[in-house]
Amino acid sequence: MAKQGNKKNKAFSWDYAPALEGISHLNIKEKYDLFIDGKFVKPSSCKYFDTINPATEERISQIAHGSEIDVDKAVKAARRAYVNVWSKTSPSERAKYIYRIARLMQERARELAVIETLDSGKVITESRDIDIPLACNHFFYYAGWADKLEYAFPNRKVESLGVVGQITPWNFPLLMAAWKIAPALAAGNTVVLKPAETTSLTALKLAEIIKDSGLPNGVVNIITGYGDTGAAIVNHKDINKIAFTGSTQVGKIIQKSIAGTDKRVTLELGGKSANIILDDAPIDQAVEGIVNGIFFNQGHVCSAGSRLFVQEGVADIVINKLKRRMDKLIIGDPLDKNTDVGAINSKEQLKTINDYIKIGKDQGAKIHQSSSKAPKKGYYCVPTIFTDVAQSNRIVQEEIFGPVLTVQTFRTIDEVIQKANNSPYGLAAGIWSDKGSRVFNLSSKLKAGVIWANTYNKFDPTSPFGGYKESGFGREGGLHGLRAYVNLK
Amino acid sequence: MKNDTTNIVLPDFSKSPRIDKVGVEEQVAKFQKRSVKAETKKQGLRMALNMIDLTTLEGKDTPGKVKQLCYKAQHVHDILPGLPKVAAVCVYPSMVGVSVKALAGSGVKVASVSTAFPSGQSPLSVKLMDTKFAVSEGADEIDMVISRGKFLSGEYNFVFDEIAVIKEACGEARLKVILETGELVTLDNVRRASDIAMYAGADFIKTSTGKIQPAATMQVTCVMLEAIRDFMDTTGIKVGMKPAGGISNSKLALHNLVMVNEVLGSEWLSNEWFRFGASSLANDVLMQIIKTETGVYQSSNYFSID
Repeated sequence: MAKQGNKKNKAFSWDYAPALEGISHLNIKEKYDLFIDGKFVKPSSCKYFDTINPATEERISQIAHGSEIDVDKAVKAARRAYVNVWSKTSPSERAKYIYRIARLMQERARELAVIETLDSGKVITESRDIDIPLACNHFFYYAGWADKLEYAFPNRKVESLGVVGQITPWNFPLLMAAWKIAPALAAGNTVVLKPAETTSLTALKLAEIIKDSGLPNGVVNIITGYGDTGAAIVNHKDINKIAFTGSTQVGKIIQKSIAGTDKRVTLELGGKSANIILDDAPIDQAVEGIVNGIFFNQGHVCSAGSRLFVQEGVADIVINKLKRRMDKLIIGDPLDKNTDVGAINSKEQLKTINDYIKIGKDQGAKIHQSSSKAPKKGYYCVPTIFTDVAQSNRIVQEEIFGPVLTVQTFRTIDEVIQKANNSPYGLAAGIWSDKGSRVFNLSSKLKAGVIWANTYNKFDPTSPFGGYKESGFGREGGLHGLRAYVNLK
Repeated sequence: MKNDTTNIVLPDFSKSPRIDKVGVEEQVAKFQKRSVKAETKKQGLRMALNMIDLTTLEGKDTPGKVKQLCYKAQHVHDILPGLPKVAAVCVYPSMVGVSVKALAGSGVKVASVSTAFPSGQSPLSVKLMDTKFAVSEGADEIDMVISRGKFLSGEYNFVFDEIAVIKEACGEARLKVILETGELVTLDNVRRASDIAMYAGADFIKTSTGKIQPAATMQVTCVMLEAIRDFMDTTGIKVGMKPAGGISNSKLALHNLVMVNEVLGSEWLSNEWFRFGASSLANDVLMQIIKTETGVYQSSNYFSID
């Protein structure tokens, strides 16, 4: 705590006292089983693995490791539910269930937010104000479409696909589950979903909510586990569609394994998105946007604005302001309402990020890190930027998935377009300018699925999200997101 | 300490940084989400009390009322010992003499509005006389208004020169320049007017007269704080900030302090560099201070309304 205020005392600082979100209201079981056919069942292998709080390195609970046998059970349950119940349920009835799930999630929003923070390391203000409300909104939004599919695709006959296998990442655990489940149910499909192994808890809480909602058994099945569990879903013969969000590396494996089958697939993969600051940008808001672009959720965002391009006239100002802003970021306990940057999701990811920071240094880039101190215990990475980098630096080319930003300057618009597009990825981009014509010129030439102007990392259920090139294909959210779960005749 | 900008190279004010309103709203929302608790809150409330310019700016002000206000300024709530005094009382020029006498030796400053406050619709000669009168009566601080009409018609040089001349007339008094942001309408204008005022020699920039709505919104204050920080970066000169009008409760005051702390730093967290222009804030802050001490809220009847 700061010393008592004294205007002559230069060392005076007004620090925030801890404001921890309570966890006493949580109901977390010692052990979580698989959710198959409307019931929680033990995994056939009887194997469980620990789920860790990355901020304390302590175990929160144990999660079942689903095997091929369990996946097969789940797919069979999903098929039965599809054939016997869900495909015969009227669209407006489907909508009621989806609405009910959304409302139950809202009722339990606080619990979900706190568990999300405990399990993933993201700050409570983010899970409370962004992840959980957005997840609810996805259910609300797609509930609305369930009985309006013929209006969504006019003059076409709309059919559901059948059983869909869905694999979600660890960066937005519940939100990604909502992105996947809500449109699938609205379109009349049944689901087998596997959450990421480090962050299964909120998906399992969602399973409880689904159970409470009275959704017919087997319509949604949640199978926890590692990569082998995911592979069992991808390779299962009776699945009609795979929806995957995760790394490009795994995305490629999935595409290879389903080649030659009639499975549909949508992939939402990695990114190395460009955030472009033009010289007429609103500078202070742009700096805030840079911070939001790369340090939001500790940089664990596929659309993170990890490559910053600043027009040379304002480069010094922007970089200096960015450094000062970074020093003000509070790194610490994700449960504290005043924390800006929380914990890295896992030990493995922290190692990956630190390896890249070392590569950056070894390749001669100039590093600057926030002067804020991270807690000793837990997996933390201080916000980091690299200047003096080139397109040929590995840290500029490869996705780091952490709070690490590379900064390049440019002179002409053509130059920045060329450099921004010079990447195997093409997920998102940001443009900061006071002039609409410059924004529209750039946005029409950048090869990215989502382009934000004078803002960054904004998500909404009505707005499609997805990538170009190795960032994947297919869109989630909005009408486009529905398209991925229907067959049109 | 007074700011001297006579040797500073002037920028082109038409090129003041652009402001994105939506972005500012998001910045402000972040400050409002800060959780100020326990010791931090106690400290913040005392700071806020100590930063208040206790204000009465009415046509019906009497010497008696002003004297009572001055007593309150020094004895905010005697029942709780150890409370700080407010920073200043803020009155019309005709009430400066009374205030100076009533506050003699207390350390509480006397601020006088001037330059045909609140509209500023008078010739420069009148504004100068207004200012000189207040200074001669003993005002420590002058709160002038800018010529909004001239600003909005693009006559930035006129606005600049007027501030510079009033600054000269202030002598030893510190000059606060009121932008009346409610009449400037856009945040781009607020930023430009802040730059003009600081380069012309303002010791403080102030949002509003309190007579026009909207007054001191967090958005406007945010833009002005950023202008102050940029001015400090460029010139090395520190300028103070005074949001005035509309800050009537402790929560809003604490949010403002959080914003100052995060945009400018804790060096600005004293009444030498930050003020609240308010009439009803003091009692709400007092009520909250009592609450932090005793755990219960007291009736407003226990707080004097001078």
